[in-house]
Amino acid sequence: MPNDILVLADHLGGQLSDATLELVGKAKELAGSTGGQAVVALLGAPTLADSVGGADTVLTVDHPALANYTPEAWEKTLLAICTERQPRLVLIANSTIGMDLGAALSAGWKAPLVAYTVGLEADGGDLVATAQVYGGKLLAEVALTGDHGVCTVVAGSFPAAGAGAGSPAVEALAPPAGLDDLKTSFLTMVEPEGGDVDITASDVLVSVGRGIGSQDNVELLQELADAIGAPLSASRPVTDSGWLPKTRQVGKSGLKVKPKVYLTFGISGAPEHLEGMRDAELIIACNTDEAAPIFDVAHYGTTVDLFDLVPAMTDKLG
Amino acid sequence: MRIVVPLKQVPDLVEELELNDDGTDVDREFLKFVLSEWDDQALEEALLVKEAVGGEVIVVGFGDPDIELSLYTALAKGADRAVNLTGLGDGWIDSHTRAATLAGWISGQEVDLVLAGVQAVDDLDGQLPALLGPTLGWPHVGVVISVEGKDNTIQVSQEFGGGKSARLEVKLPAVIGVQAARAPARYASITRIRQAQQAGGIEEVAVSPEGAAGIEVRRLFAPETTGHAEMLTGSPEDVADRILDLIRSKGLLK
Repeated sequence: MPNDILVLADHLGGQLSDATLELVGKAKELAGSTGGQAVVALLGAPTLADSVGGADTVLTVDHPALANYTPEAWEKTLLAICTERQPRLVLIANSTIGMDLGAALSAGWKAPLVAYTVGLEADGGDLVATAQVYGGKLLAEVALTGDHGVCTVVAGSFPAAGAGAGSPAVEALAPPAGLDDLKTSFLTMVEPEGGDVDITASDVLVSVGRGIGSQDNVELLQELADAIGAPLSASRPVTDSGWLPKTRQVGKSGLKVKPKVYLTFGISGAPEHLEGMRDAELIIACNTDEAAPIFDVAHYGTTVDLFDLVPAMTDKLG
Repeated sequence: MRIVVPLKQVPDLVEELELNDDGTDVDREFLKFVLSEWDDQALEEALLVKEAVGGEVIVVGFGDPDIELSLYTALAKGADRAVNLTGLGDGWIDSHTRAATLAGWISGQEVDLVLAGVQAVDDLDGQLPALLGPTLGWPHVGVVISVEGKDNTIQVSQEFGGGKSARLEVKLPAVIGVQAARAPARYASITRIRQAQQAGGIEEVAVSPEGAAGIEVRRLFAPETTGHAEMLTGSPEDVADRILDLIRSKGLLK
């Protein structure tokens, strides 16, 4: 309804994401200001309704085409729900699903979107979002002034208050027309390849980023990692370039790690990376750019050139 | 297969970002602009698809600063045509405007597939491929790490967190948001880029902006850091000692 805050439940393989619970908690708070309800749209997995007790209402839609996520089936369904119920605001996690559906809903429902949202407040009749831009180097304060809006929200922005012990009303909706005739079909889920070092199990990680310059320099860092007794991990540009295997990637699209010590070299700290490592107990960062966002989450930092620092560290351990 | 790859220039984040006078945009006057890194991945994937199944790759710019260099570089790498849509202005061009304008141009071109960077560092109002798909009425899939074509359908791998990915089949025409190409992006030598520049061949197309983001940016500001790293300074040897002591303090080094 017009004052409702609607959350799209983000789930994969029968698992509801933590980000969904963060959004439900925020939706509940905002609904208090707008005078509406916190409503969760749960597509394709009706049994997960119990997991979002903090919501006022859970809308479930069940259809074979929704069981395994495809953007087309979920988009049609979400658009039908929004068109029918016209919520004030739709919150979607900035996950793979959110990257597909946030902008698509904005286009289909003709509602403005704020992507990479990290803060959200009611300001009189307006909703004001704060969002990351330029790789997290700046924040943008954006007003959603119309009747409707969409925010895709970065994981970890709000407390996970949505699990709640309430008993939301569960409303089963009929699937929209067109789900039997789609141009996108799900084939299979591919699990990550095993066999390599498990970086999530290590107490210390030596993590390398684009700043190491080239694959030739991986060896220099490997020598330090060996001397410390830690595996090498990496940020996305390093694994995308094939300098290290994908199994070493830390971040939103890689693995979440929580070692006792996380040592970074040449990592600037893009939001994608920070999402995977910010809970490490002790973060020590080396980057020549003193304004690099990595220094905002690191406990200790240095702008000494890694090509001077790394051999010095390795020598001292030799 | 006719593949369109939109190319966008974004501020080089290695540089300091200054704000304009009213604080609602970065000051673009002295910024260095580079090709959005995801667009480079999309171009690489497009060239790989073309090499596998044949066809044509058309790169399309939006008149961004220094886009000509990126378009010529794409031609040097193997793109067949380069188009520059001009008239969208000098400031921040939002994704809704880019999507609507590109959709207008594509509708006259018999395109089979659009491979676009899945995101950009300044797409505050949403990601281009997920706006473009619905605008064209085509299916779209984002965060894709491989595209393989056959006849009128493609198979893509869509990446989720933790290294999982889903295989999806999509009927063409379609829009794909590329996260990473199957292979590292190729380089074009300076000589090849110069040759492309000398040959010319960027088709300039004047357009009127369509679409609008519908958001009101009140201000941009640097994040208030709740904490900042304690900075270790001195010679590399001094800093090395300090870092090793810190690791030792966790009982993790002998």
